[in-house]
Amino acid sequence: MPGEALIRLVGIQKIYQLGEVEVRALNGVDLAIAEGSFVAIMGPSGSGKSTMLNLLGCLDRPTTGEYFLGGEDVSKLDDDAISAVRGKRLGFVFQSYNLIHQLTVIENIHVPLFYQGKDLTETYEHCKKLAELVGLGDRLDHRPKQLSGGQQQRVAIARSLVNDPLMILADEPTGNLDSRTGVEVLEMFDRLHASGKTIVLVTHGPEVAERAQRVIHMKDGVIDREVINRKGNGA
Amino acid sequence: MKLHIPARHWRTVELGVKSLLLHKLRSILTMLGIIFGVCSVIAMLAIGEGASYEAQEAIKKLGSANVIIKSVKPADDASNSQQGRRSYVSEYGLTYADVDRLKQTIPGVKRVLPMRLIAPYEVRYNESHLDGQIVGTIPLYAEINGLDIARGRFLADLDEQREKNVCVMTTTFADRLFPYEDPLNQFIKIAGDYYRVVGLVQETSTADKRPQPAHAEGQAIDNNVYVPLSTIRSRFGETIVRRSAGSYQAEKVELHQITVQMQSSEAVEIGSDQIKTLLKRFHAKNDFEMIVPLQLLRQAQETKRIFNIVLGSIAAISLIVGGIGIMNIMLATVTERTREIGVRRALGAKKRDIITQFLVETVVLSVGGGVIGVVIGVIVPFAVELLAGMKTIITLSSLVLSFGISGVIGVIFGIYPASRAADLDPIEALRHE
Repeated sequence: MPGEALIRLVGIQKIYQLGEVEVRALNGVDLAIAEGSFVAIMGPSGSGKSTMLNLLGCLDRPTTGEYFLGGEDVSKLDDDAISAVRGKRLGFVFQSYNLIHQLTVIENIHVPLFYQGKDLTETYEHCKKLAELVGLGDRLDHRPKQLSGGQQQRVAIARSLVNDPLMILADEPTGNLDSRTGVEVLEMFDRLHASGKTIVLVTHGPEVAERAQRVIHMKDGVIDREVINRKGNGA
Repeated sequence: MKLHIPARHWRTVELGVKSLLLHKLRSILTMLGIIFGVCSVIAMLAIGEGASYEAQEAIKKLGSANVIIKSVKPADDASNSQQGRRSYVSEYGLTYADVDRLKQTIPGVKRVLPMRLIAPYEVRYNESHLDGQIVGTIPLYAEINGLDIARGRFLADLDEQREKNVCVMTTTFADRLFPYEDPLNQFIKIAGDYYRVVGLVQETSTADKRPQPAHAEGQAIDNNVYVPLSTIRSRFGETIVRRSAGSYQAEKVELHQITVQMQSSEAVEIGSDQIKTLLKRFHAKNDFEMIVPLQLLRQAQETKRIFNIVLGSIAAISLIVGGIGIMNIMLATVTERTREIGVRRALGAKKRDIITQFLVETVVLSVGGGVIGVVIGVIVPFAVELLAGMKTIITLSSLVLSFGISGVIGVIFGIYPASRAADLDPIEALRHE
């Protein structure tokens, strides 16, 4: 792996206390992800991949261990600081698109910048360019309800790019799409990867995972095995 | 990160409006509580203000430095005269001696205005005749009662000294008695004597203020004919006999009303009690009543204060109910939009961003309701004024107050739902269906 790792997880444990029972969702995970890589995380339910995604996405804090994102330990930041980290350094793509109904396409794309205090009028061109990048330049004023699932997911991808994040986290991005639009969306990820973006993708589907360079298989809260995928882009 | 650009705040408000427009009916129904609250506050205050304004104006016109004393037929006398057919003279009321006593005894008295009323009494001019109210008084009357001289002059001191047969009448009365002629310098006939019309006056005072004997109620009020007091005394004598329903009734009343003008409102405070004590001494029968406008004014103001307090509490209750309605809906909205909150948190929203968003929405609801309420609240008094003929006064303070309260209600009842939204766990919120 070339260069300094963009993301480094050191001895991460996540323990939930469910009444008397102690659930170790993650039980000592060490992981390094280089800048510009395309990583897929796979595993059966209960393997800890969702917890992993939440931790990587700074939505959750590890019980023990350290998480370095772009060289900074973000595992101990307070709520405001961690929110700022999410807003500035991460891009999210969800299974169910999660666009905001009352906003138009361009406004949805703008949301992360809004929370950085940047107004839409200043960043309109930037947002518009992203909408064009995902092929929705002519739908800027449409509402999410007026778009198909694939289009909505493309808006979500544009939104994840708007803050120029260190890493894009995608949680089953094709889970709600039919296979054809799913492929379109995945091709978009390929292009993003080719342009140098770092992508972490959580999925069930092997055909989705095989597009990634590295596939990390999780089981019982630990990394079970890791496959370097030669067929994947770039490598 | 303290980037508080106005545009950003404006965007937040815009977002709030957009979110509310997503459920138009719900938003309007939610606002209704505030709308009705604000509207009723403004309308009720306007009606109350109007009513008390009219009362207070009427009282003020009586003169806050004045004490008005009226002759009243004592109760036992009244019952006697109505029994049987005997004609018999009832003697009561204020006297000329009272005027002198008031002038000499009471400190702080500026002027004393005596008045005698004979009403209704037939006033003739050629073939036409009208019932008028003959007011025997002195020249001071015009000044104390604020009469506007329309034409000619009012009674003069010389008229009084020489017991001249002159009279002054109201313009309305003159218009009726002289439909086609110039009334000035014409001679009218009252009880066999001719009186020259020397002037016309415009009545500016209200009905309450007109000197009226007790039995003259319900009579037209613009039919005053002013005649010098001394003239009345010499032409009519002290006893007036009138015939009613088959019996004769004679009354001996020297004066029907005395208006005492004190030097100041402060002098009224002390003086009014002294006047009462003084008069009580010389009037064994309870044959006079005192009207102290200053006291009436105080009472009216006190009544208004109580009225405002009652209104205020009703308004407060209705606004609180409206606020609870808003809070209820906002709590439901927060639950409904849990996912959106999760998404926003994931995209970098801090807790206080979420609080701001929902608080702004609540305030938009309540202030929006406030605006609509103010508009309706301004229309309603107009309608009341048109339809019911009641005077209404919309005060700026009632607008500002009710509008301000609606905003405050929005903040108070918005804080809890907003903080609940902000405290949601982002992961749970994202998973929420």
